Formats: sequence, structure tokens, C-alpha cells
Amino acid sequence: MSWQPNGDVVLRVENLHKYFGTLEVLRGIDMEVHRGEVVVIFGRSGSGKSTLLRCVNFLEDPTAGTIEVSGVRLEGGHRTRHKRELIRQLRIKTGMVFQDFQLFPHMSTLGNVMEGPMTVKKKHEDEARGLAMHFLERVGLADKADEYPIRLSGGQKQRVAIARALAMEPDVMLFDEPTSALDPELIGEVLEVMRSLATELHMTMIVVTHEMGFAREVAHRVAFFHEGVILEEGPPSEVLSNPRSPETKRFIDAVL
Amino acid sequence: MAQPDVAAPMADRPPAPPLGRRERLELWSARVPWALKLAVVYAFVAGVLVLAFNAVQFDTQWMREHAWNIIRLGIPLTLLICVGAILLATVLATLGALARLSRNPISYGIASFYTSFFRGTPLLVQIFLIYFGLAEVGIRLRDAGYGGLSNIFILDTVPAGILALGLNYGAYMTEIFRAGMQSVGHGQGEAADALGMNYRQKMRRIVLPQAIRVIIPPTGNEFIAMLKDSALVYTIGALELFRRADLAGRADFRSLEAYLLAAVMYWIITGIFSFFQSRLERRMSRGYVRGGPSKWLPAGGGGGGGVGVVEVQDAQGAGPPS
Repeated sequence: MSWQPNGDVVLRVENLHKYFGTLEVLRGIDMEVHRGEVVVIFGRSGSGKSTLLRCVNFLEDPTAGTIEVSGVRLEGGHRTRHKRELIRQLRIKTGMVFQDFQLFPHMSTLGNVMEGPMTVKKKHEDEARGLAMHFLERVGLADKADEYPIRLSGGQKQRVAIARALAMEPDVMLFDEPTSALDPELIGEVLEVMRSLATELHMTMIVVTHEMGFAREVAHRVAFFHEGVILEEGPPSEVLSNPRSPETKRFIDAVL
Repeated sequence: MAQPDVAAPMADRPPAPPLGRRERLELWSARVPWALKLAVVYAFVAGVLVLAFNAVQFDTQWMREHAWNIIRLGIPLTLLICVGAILLATVLATLGALARLSRNPISYGIASFYTSFFRGTPLLVQIFLIYFGLAEVGIRLRDAGYGGLSNIFILDTVPAGILALGLNYGAYMTEIFRAGMQSVGHGQGEAADALGMNYRQKMRRIVLPQAIRVIIPPTGNEFIAMLKDSALVYTIGALELFRRADLAGRADFRSLEAYLLAAVMYWIITGIFSFFQSRLERRMSRGYVRGGPSKWLPAGGGGGGGVGVVEVQDAQGAGPPS
């Protein structure tokens, strides 16, 4: 990898715990992500990797622990009015891409991408449109600007969803199994867009995925989740080729 | 074993037994188109009614003379009351549904109390409570020395009718609106959250525009039901369609003719609205919301041909003339 992240810490997770009822899904996660870094999280389903991502932008409230994104620092636990506003600030600094896209079906592609800048950031319509077109070009879908999501393929939908998140100009992008809902022949185009974000924009990204090829080529760091803790992490060349723990090795053997 | 009979000509078989009367009638009946049969039944029912009316010396002359006056004076007020009440009900149902979906105990509690009361008591009792009951409150307030406050509670018949119908239908429509909002997937709300939208923005930009598609058809049905229930406002003296007909009938001892006129008029009005309602429903069920809350795109957006974008306002405007 020619370019290496060397900047400040964009995202910091400290001692994060998450319970669903009495089930402890996250059992003390610590993580730092630097500007421009690409972290791939992998592990069995139910190991807590998606929950971590959803806790980072408070789609799930962490039971305990601290999340900090670009200086916005939040504790887990109950929400207060003040905290709700801070959560909103934090979410503006994070972009989220969902497994099932969740494009807004009542808006055109362009409308989807303009929505955040206009409604949340109160940008003028012309400026928002310029921004939206820029990011639609970025994901190679400028020609679909006026189409509605129902007319797009799964891969195209996910690329629009990526553009929608990028248009908020976030400091960190969260990808929650972005290719898991796609037909095999459509996975490549989405991964290609993600790769270009990493290599050309040096976008800070946390990616939950089972695409080990992507992890090997694009990630600076991979983290293996097991039963709510990070069992093993490090550069992909080390972790994926020479896993230390037997669980990691078993999982990698099963996926590859 | 050879089976020469298989190739034997038909004529060698024993002849089929002759059809009975009933079978022949059934065969003949099967050839008559359904619509024709229906027309015959309708004509028969109408004929029986005409004979019955003749038997009681039905005064069609009187009906012809008074029909237009009842229409001219009564229907505008009936429509005014219903349009006013459905607008009020829509606002109440929106607020009620948002409250019933919220985790805030205050708004949830108030909304639940509201829907429970207005769905659990008769509309007629509510009308009396709001017209006579509130007036009583006003009088007692005046007696207690709060004269300025009392006027708020003493309502005219039409505002009282609108308020009562609106509150009652708002309670029922709260459930319709709640279901509509719930039909918008959880993930849509999360996508809005993830963009950093606050609650208002999420509802206004993402949830409500999609919910409207589900909400509008049943709301049309509620409006049609309300057209009929609005006759209850007669009891507090509003000069709407039914009271106009009743007054005219009583004056000339033609109550039977007057009530029948009123019934037929309600029938026609609800028929007209049902027609537009079913057209609207068909359009909404095949279409998908496009370009915000006001435009609809038919046929799953496929093909690109014949993409008719219709303003909802038009579709609604086809209903109540204002």
C-alpha cells in the first residue's frame, strides 16, 4: 500500500458495552481509527460487528462506554435533550451505508443525494445539487440522476446510497455489510467504488464485510470480532495470512 | 386382449336420457349475460317500489317542486360541515398517530385517552356534549364571573357539528394514520437518522410523504362515511341537507316524500364520491410516490412509457367542490 494514514484520530471507541436485554453483545470494545484509515471488521454473524457500527452513530444506544467522532464525545446510557443534539452532530460527521440500501423511494436519485445537504445542512438548492451531482459522478451514476430508486439495480442503489452518505461530507464512513444483499455479479461495482474512495479520496472507512479480497487489498487494518470482543487485529497481510487465534483461523478458512 | 368396441361409432351407444325441465332452464340461463340478468332484477325491484309508492299515493309532484330547494340549501352546508370536519380530523389524526407512535408518555397518554373516548362513545352523545354541554360550561363560567371566557364554549350549530364530527373521525383516523406511518419501514427512519435529521425533518421529509400513499384511500372512505353521519348534526339544528328536507316535508305533510328525497340525495352524493374514491385508490395502489408528497407515478415506474404524473390536489379536488 503506497499511502498510509498518518493523521489524527477521527474515531475513538472506549470500553464500549452493549446489552440487548440480558444478552451482552459488545463486551468492552476499544478502537481508534485515524484519518484516511480503512478498517475492515469481520467475524461470524452475531459476533457484534454490526452492533458496533450501529453504536458508533447511535442507531443503537451503547449501554456503557464512550464514542468520539471528530471531537464530538458522547457517553453511553440514556438520552437527554442535550445528548440528542450531540448525537445529531455526531451523525452529521459520520456517513452510513446500510446492507439493504434504504434509499428514499419517493425521491429521485438526485433528490436522495441532495436531501442531507439541503434538509440537514440547510444548503441552498443549487449548491446541494452541485454537490449531489459531484458525488453521483464519483460513484459513476450521474446519468441516473433523474431515475427513481425502483428503476435501479441493487448495485446501482448501493452506489447511490454511498453518494448520499458522501454528500454530507462526513469525516468517517461506516459500511454495514454493503454487498451482502447483492447478487454476486453486482458486488464488484460497489467494491470498486469503495476502493476508489479509499485510494483516491483517502476516506476514513470502517467496513463490516466478508469480502476478504477487499480487506486484503484495501484495508490498512482488519479486526476479527468474536463473541463481542475484538479477538485479533492488525494489518491484513498478518491477520489474514497468519492468524494467531484458532477462532480467527477457523473463520478465515471457512470464508476463503 | 383385443378391444374392438373402442373404435365403435357413437351411434351404437345407447342414447342419452332426455334433459329435464330444470336442466334445460339452467342451460338456457347460462347463455344469458350476467349484466342482463342484473338489469332484470333491478327493473323488477324498481317496479315493485313504484307500485308500492302508487299504493300509498306518493306525491311525486311535491318531490319535483321541492328537490331543487333542498339541494340548493342543504347540500352546500352538508359539504361544508364534512370538508371542515375531515380537515380537522386529518390534523388530529396526524398528531394522534405521531403521539401514539412516540415513546413520550405524555403525548402517548393524551392521544390514547382521546382515541379511547371518542371511539368508545356514541357520535350523537358527542354532538350533544359539544353543543349543549359546552354551552352549559360557558353559562356557568359567565355566572362565575368569567364572562370573556364563556363565549369560547358557546358554539354555533355548524362549528359545533364540525368540531364533533372532526373529533370523532380524527379518533378513528388516528389508527389509519398510525398504520400508514408504520407501513414505512423502520430502515427508512434509520436512514434519515443516519443523515443527521431531527424528528421533525425525518417525519416531514421521509416518513409522512411515504405514509400518505397508504393513508389517502381509507381517508376517502372515512369522508364518505362522514357524509352520512353528518345527518346527525340535524339534531342540534344545523340547516343541512336532512334538516332542510325534514322542514320542507313537515310543512306540507309530505314527510315520506321528504325523507326519501334526502335518502336519494345522500345516496347520489356518496355514489359520486365513491366513484372518485375507487379511481383514486386504483391509481394509488399501482403507483409509487414520486418527487415528494404531491406527485404519483403509475406502474412501478417501469418502461418509461405513459408515465403520467398526477397532482394529488387534483385527485382530491375531483371530490368536494368548494
